[in-house]
Amino acid sequence: MLRAIKYSLSLVAALTANLSFGAWDDLNMSPGATQLSQEIFGLHMTVFYVCLAIGIAVLLAMAFILFKYRKKEGVKPADFDDSTALEITWTVLFALILIVLAVPATSVMIKAYDDQEGDINILITGHQWKWQYEYIEDEVGFFSNLSTSLDKRNNLAPKDENYLLEVDEPLVIPTNTRVRFLITANDVIHSWWVPDFAIKQDAIPGFVNTGWTYVNEPGVFRGQCTELCGQYHGYMPIVVKAVSPEEYSTFINEKKEAKIQQALLTEKLWSTSELMEIGEATYQKNCVACHQVGGRGIPPVFPSLVGSEIVMRNKARHIEILMEGVQGAAMASYAEQLTEVEIAAVITYTRQAWGNAETGDGKIVIPKEILDYKNNKL
Amino acid sequence: MSAVIDSHHDDHHHGPAKGFSRWLYTTNHKDIGSMYLWFSLIMLFIGGAMAMVIRAELFEPGSQIVSPEFYNQMVTNHGLIMVFGVIMPAFVGFANWMIPMQIGAPDMALPRLNNLSFWILPVAFGILLSTFFMEGGAPNFGWTFYAPLSTEYAPPTVTFFIFSVHIMGASSIMGSINIITTILNMRAPGMTLMKMPLFVWSWFITAYLLIAVMPVLAGAVTMMLMDIHAGTSFFKAAGGGDPVLFQHIFWFFGHPEVYIMILPAFGIVSHIIETFSRKPIFGYSSMVYAIASIALLSFVVWAHHMFTVGMPIAGELFFMYSTMLIAIPTGVKVFNWLSTMFKGSLTFETPMLFAIAFVALFTIGGLSGIMLAIAPADFQYHDTYFVVAHFHYVLVPGALFSLLAAAYYWIPKWTGKMYDETLGKVHFWMSFISVNLTFFPMHFVGLAGMPRRIPDYAMQFADWNMMVSVGAFLFGISQLLFLFIVLKCIYNGKAATTEVWEGAKDRGFEWTVDSPAPYHTFSSPPSMESLKSSS
Repeated sequence: MLRAIKYSLSLVAALTANLSFGAWDDLNMSPGATQLSQEIFGLHMTVFYVCLAIGIAVLLAMAFILFKYRKKEGVKPADFDDSTALEITWTVLFALILIVLAVPATSVMIKAYDDQEGDINILITGHQWKWQYEYIEDEVGFFSNLSTSLDKRNNLAPKDENYLLEVDEPLVIPTNTRVRFLITANDVIHSWWVPDFAIKQDAIPGFVNTGWTYVNEPGVFRGQCTELCGQYHGYMPIVVKAVSPEEYSTFINEKKEAKIQQALLTEKLWSTSELMEIGEATYQKNCVACHQVGGRGIPPVFPSLVGSEIVMRNKARHIEILMEGVQGAAMASYAEQLTEVEIAAVITYTRQAWGNAETGDGKIVIPKEILDYKNNKL
Repeated sequence: MSAVIDSHHDDHHHGPAKGFSRWLYTTNHKDIGSMYLWFSLIMLFIGGAMAMVIRAELFEPGSQIVSPEFYNQMVTNHGLIMVFGVIMPAFVGFANWMIPMQIGAPDMALPRLNNLSFWILPVAFGILLSTFFMEGGAPNFGWTFYAPLSTEYAPPTVTFFIFSVHIMGASSIMGSINIITTILNMRAPGMTLMKMPLFVWSWFITAYLLIAVMPVLAGAVTMMLMDIHAGTSFFKAAGGGDPVLFQHIFWFFGHPEVYIMILPAFGIVSHIIETFSRKPIFGYSSMVYAIASIALLSFVVWAHHMFTVGMPIAGELFFMYSTMLIAIPTGVKVFNWLSTMFKGSLTFETPMLFAIAFVALFTIGGLSGIMLAIAPADFQYHDTYFVVAHFHYVLVPGALFSLLAAAYYWIPKWTGKMYDETLGKVHFWMSFISVNLTFFPMHFVGLAGMPRRIPDYAMQFADWNMMVSVGAFLFGISQLLFLFIVLKCIYNGKAATTEVWEGAKDRGFEWTVDSPAPYHTFSSPPSMESLKSSS
C-alpha cells in the first residue's frame, strides 16, 4: 500500500514534470558556466545517485517487509532481538560509503578554495537592498538595483521571463580571465550567489570574503541575495554579463569617461525643474523602499518626510543626513552611492514635493553645495 | 528516595481538585503533561496559520496578500513557534505523562518545579505574540536571528523577543533537570539503566543536551541585549565586534537543538514499531549507543550551517567530515527499525502508520542531509529551498509525525477511551499525501535556485510553488481533523482495555495500569518480573 502510493506519487510528479513543467532545468541544479561549477555539479550528481540508491534500497526493503510480515492467522512472530555480526556489517558498510563520498568532495573543495589574486579584482559590497561593484584596479564602480517595476510586482503589469532577476546595471566581467571577487557588506549580512559560477559567499560587515571565477563563453548570468537581509531581501538580484576582453575594456573606458563628465556637472548652472526631474528619479530608485512613494514612510522605523522639520526648515542637517546616514537607524550614508548631482537633486525634490515647499522654506540644494560639504570634510 | 515517595502519601485519597485552580496549582505529572500537550496543539494551529499565510503569499509570483515586511514576521514567528512552542513542549508533555509511568514512579521527582516550568511557557509565548500588536511589528529577522539584522537593524520589539527566549530557556532547563532527576532516582527496583524503555533513554540524553545548550542560547540573546541597549559591540563590526561570532554561538546551540527535536521521536517510534510488530526491538543496546553518539556528535558539527561564511578550508573539511559521521548512527537506527519489523507480525493501526511513515520519510530527510554535508555542493544548496525541504522532512514527517503517532498510541491509556480508528487512518493518509505534496517539490525549486525566506520569486519557480501551496493547505486542514478525532475520543470514545494494544502489557509498565490511568499511579513500585520482555 505504502509502496503503491509512493510510486503513484513519483509517477505523477514525473509525468507532470514532463508535460507542463518544462525541462529538467526546473528540477535540478544547473551545471553552470565554469569548470568549477561543472565539477561541483558532477559532485552533486554523484552524491545524489548514491543517496538515491540507498533511499530506493531502504524503501523497497521496507515495502517488502511490510507486505510479507503482515499479521496472519496462526503465524507467530519471531523473537530475536540482536545480531552483533549484522550490526557490525552495516556500520562498516555505512563508513565505507561515506569515505567514497568524502574523497571527491575533498578534492573539489580544495579547488574551490584557490585564493590567488585575480587578473581583475572586483570589490562587491552588499547594501540594504542593492549591490555595489567597484573595479579595484580601474577605480570605477557603480550600484546595481532591481529594475523590475512596482507595477509588475503588484500584478498590475504582466510579468516577463526575468521578473525579479533584472537590474538597472549588470556587473560586467571579461571572458577568459581570472576574476576574483572580494565580498563584504555595509549594513547587515547579505550573500552573493551566482549559481552558474557556483559562488555563494556571505557578505559580512567587517569581513572581506573571496570567490573567483573564470568564464569561457560570453553570456548573462543571474543570481540573488541568499541571506535574509531585511524586508526587501527578495528584491536584490545579481546580474553578471560576461563579455569579450575587448568589449570589457571599452566598458571600463566608458565608465572612466563618465566619471570625469560627472565631476564637470557639479560646475554647471542648475534650474529647480532640472533638479526636480533628476531628484524624482533618484528618489524612486533609492528611497521609496523605506520612505514610500508618497514620502510618508513607515513610522517609527522609516520616518515620514512629509512635514518633517528637517525637510522643511533645516537644510544643513538634511544634507548631513544624506551624507553621513543616521547612527543606529536604517538610514545609510549615500555619499558613496549617489553622485553629487543626485544627492543635491533628491534633497531638492523632497524639500519641494508633497506640499513641503508650501509649509517649509522650500530651499533648493545645488550639486556644488554637496561638493563643498565633501571638500570641507577633507 | 523513600522520603520522596512517603511525602506524597497524604494526597493519595484525593482526586484532582475542581475548576481552574486544579490546573494552575497542580503538581501532578499527568495534569502537567496534558497541559503541555494542549499548549503545543494550540501553538501548532497558531504556527500553522502563519505557514498558511506564507504559502498563500507564495501561491503565485507577485505580491499577493501581505507586505514583504509582514512576510518576514510570519517566517520568523512560524519558525520560533514551531520549534520552541510546538515540537519541544509536546515532547516534554509526553515525557511528563510517560516517563513516570514507564519507569514505575509515582510522579516526577520535582513536582513544583514541574508546575513552574509549564506555567512560564504561556507567559513566554504571550510576550512573543504580543509583539505583533506593538509599534514596529513582531521580530522579522528569521528564527536564526543573525546579528546585526537582529540587533542594530531590528525592530524595537526585539527586546521582548529576547526576554521571551530567556523564559523559554529557563522552562526547558527546569524541565530537563526534573527529567534527569526523575530518571536517575525513581526507577522501579531492578530497572537498570540498560533496561530502561527507549523513550526514557532518548529523553535522558535529550535532557542533557538541553542543559548543555540552552544557556548558550541565553548567552547569545544576552549579548544581543547588551549590543542593543548597553553600547557593547559583541556583534558590531564597526565597534570591533564580530557578526560571525553570533553564528558560531547560535549554531553551537542550534545544532544540538535540532537533535533535541528528533531524539525523543526515536524513542517513541521504537516503542510503536515494537508493539505493532509483536516482536522485541532489534538491537536495544545499539539503539542506545546510536542516540548517545548522535548527541555527542551534535556538539562538533555546528559550522556546517555556515559553509558560506568564509571559514578557512581546514574548518570546512572538519565540519564536513564530522557531519558525515552522523549518518552512521542514524543509519543504524533505520536498519534496526527495519530489522524489528522483519519476521514480525505486523498490523497497521494509526500509530503504526505514522511510525512507518516516520521511518520512510525521515530516511529521505536524512539522505538530503548527507547531500547538504558535502561542503562544496552545499555552496549551491545553502539557504535555498533545498534546505527548507530537508529540515521540513525531518521536522514534519519526522518529529511531528512521531508526536501524532505517540498521541494515537497513548491516548487510550490517558483517556480510557479508544479514538476512531477509521478517522485516524483518514487523518494519516491525508497527512501523508499532503506532506509529500508540500515538501517534496521544494527539493526541485531549491536545486533550480530559489533562495529561502523570499516573499516573491522568479517565474521559473511558479508551477512548483503552486503545488507546494496546495499541499500545505491540505496539510493544514488535515490537522483540524486531528483535533476533531482527539475531542471525539475524549467525549465519545469506546472504552479501552487495560492492555489497549495486543500484547502491550509485556512491553511496558504503562500498559499494566488501568485505562484511564488513575490520577496517582505506582504508589508502590511495580516489579520488573511483571514484564516478560524486560530488555
